[in-house]
Amino acid sequence: MGRYIIRRMLQFIPVFFVTTFMIFLMVYAMPGDPIRALAGDRQMSASTLEALRERYNLNDPFVVQYGKYMKGIFGFLWLDGDLGTDFRGQPVTEKLAAKLPITIRLALMAFGFEVVIGILAGILAGVRQKGFVDNLVLVSTLVVIAIPIFVLGFIAQYMLGVRFGIMPISYNARDPLFSLLMPSLVLGSVSLAYIARLTRTSLVENLRGDYVRTATSKGLSRRRVVGIHTLRNSMIPVVTFLAIDLGALMGGAIITETIFNVPGIGREIYDSVTHQENAVVVGIVTFMVIVYMLANLVVDVLYAVLDPRIRYD
Amino acid sequence: MTEPFNEGTPTPLEAVEGLKTGPEASLWSDAWRQLRRRPMFIISAFLVVLMMLIALFPGLFNFSGYDPRDCPLAVDGVPNVRLGPSAEHWFGTDLLGCDYYARVIYGARVSISIGIIVTVFSTLVSLVFGSIAGYYGGFIDTFIARITDVVFAIPVILGGILILSLFRQRGILLVSVVLIVLGWPTMLRLARSSVLSVKENEYVDAARALGASNFRIIRRHILPNSLAPVIVYATITVGVIISAEAALSFLGVGLQLPAISWGLMLAAAQNRLRTDPHLLLFPGLFLSITVFAFILLGDALRDALDPRLR
Repeated sequence: MGRYIIRRMLQFIPVFFVTTFMIFLMVYAMPGDPIRALAGDRQMSASTLEALRERYNLNDPFVVQYGKYMKGIFGFLWLDGDLGTDFRGQPVTEKLAAKLPITIRLALMAFGFEVVIGILAGILAGVRQKGFVDNLVLVSTLVVIAIPIFVLGFIAQYMLGVRFGIMPISYNARDPLFSLLMPSLVLGSVSLAYIARLTRTSLVENLRGDYVRTATSKGLSRRRVVGIHTLRNSMIPVVTFLAIDLGALMGGAIITETIFNVPGIGREIYDSVTHQENAVVVGIVTFMVIVYMLANLVVDVLYAVLDPRIRYD
Repeated sequence: MTEPFNEGTPTPLEAVEGLKTGPEASLWSDAWRQLRRRPMFIISAFLVVLMMLIALFPGLFNFSGYDPRDCPLAVDGVPNVRLGPSAEHWFGTDLLGCDYYARVIYGARVSISIGIIVTVFSTLVSLVFGSIAGYYGGFIDTFIARITDVVFAIPVILGGILILSLFRQRGILLVSVVLIVLGWPTMLRLARSSVLSVKENEYVDAARALGASNFRIIRRHILPNSLAPVIVYATITVGVIISAEAALSFLGVGLQLPAISWGLMLAAAQNRLRTDPHLLLFPGLFLSITVFAFILLGDALRDALDPRLR
């Protein structure tokens, strides 16, 4: 398994470089002059303009800009870190440090809802296939999957926030936990539905396995057969999904944070793109990409732990 | 070597007359027989066809007859904006006095065309490269897998914001291209794994032993047999893409204003939640029903096409 992890690590390197390069390329190619945009309607003197360009390496050739940028990223990976600064001189790492906790809290809450409610609903549906609970779970998850996340956000805002007034309709820094409840439910809802369906499907499939019949005929209780023997194998596709889901959570966070006015990194990305702050966009996106890739690596290893049938060498 | 096995040569079993007993029992005819009886399939197919008809001929469904772009701010001195639903304006009017029913109906075209364009092209890309990667394996497989990894590492909405914000003018074509560029990896992986499992079958070995070329094996044996999961996923993808387009337009990096799109309508109505919820309700409802119909259809197809779940 050690060799497998090393091989995955080696594969990680080119993907890492190409991905960051492509993102950097996209941002670099953006139209407009960010330095001029910084001054707004007022004109900036030519020397100020030039000094600012020099300071942010905008006069360097593209490849040199990318090189300097990557140097900063490696500093970030090994040492205290530099993901660049925005055009007001605030380091991107500082921005990340300020905004990331809110997004992590939002994502963790969403993740919690997904895993607990999703798996529970999936098990309840799967153990009694074609029963009432099964049909209820199948239909309700389908409805949730079909409603786009921002429409779902508006429905929640209107019903819970405006109609019944039981929850705040946007983020409130004085009461972060409670005001994040609705955004996290909305953010996690689609994945929750997927997890419930995935758990159900793989449970149903595994319950037909020979080893389940063996376990039952050994005289084990139904609870033990389902809970220990079958569930462990049924969790494998769910765990894979959780890694892919991280990407969906990141994308969903941009929309959810925009709707509910949550000052996290999703909103920061959106704001930075509109203000053409390349350093911020590339910094945060690179950070997300690294997190996402590492999560996928961890999941691949977890795979082997969960399923003894899978062997890597 | 391949001479005797040109196109059109019947396989020996089919040539034997009288072998077929009862109705044809291929995967597809089996699936069709099963689907016809499923209410879920009938409902979703009806909704999909209905939405496609609306997208193709919006004029036929525009019963109130208002022009979605001819918007009087006031009629006979009476303000015509933000009216609630009434007999005159079924879905009310929007911020500029446009008939909202007409706009919602005309909005179907953009969503559905983007959904279908993107799905068709990503499916084609995935099938071609997925079968090459899965069938040949080795270096080409690794190469395609690495490219897939790179694109896969960028979440669709995030990448969409990045690329689309580069452009001042954004139309259906551009949004579609961006969604194709970002959306194919999942489908390709699916096609590849499907090809991998089909490749191991005896009939592939048999075809190879008979001297069939690689291209012929892929075209005649591998592709038809690995198509089912891809088609199921493609149907669901139409819904997912429609939802993604609406999200991008909603965030202000998708389509732009003269266009009539559900995402844009929702974006314009975003701050009217308290005062005019109908402005969010109707485009949201149509968007959800459309996405729902495609996902439901994919679900019904999977039940019929995936024998393991029967």
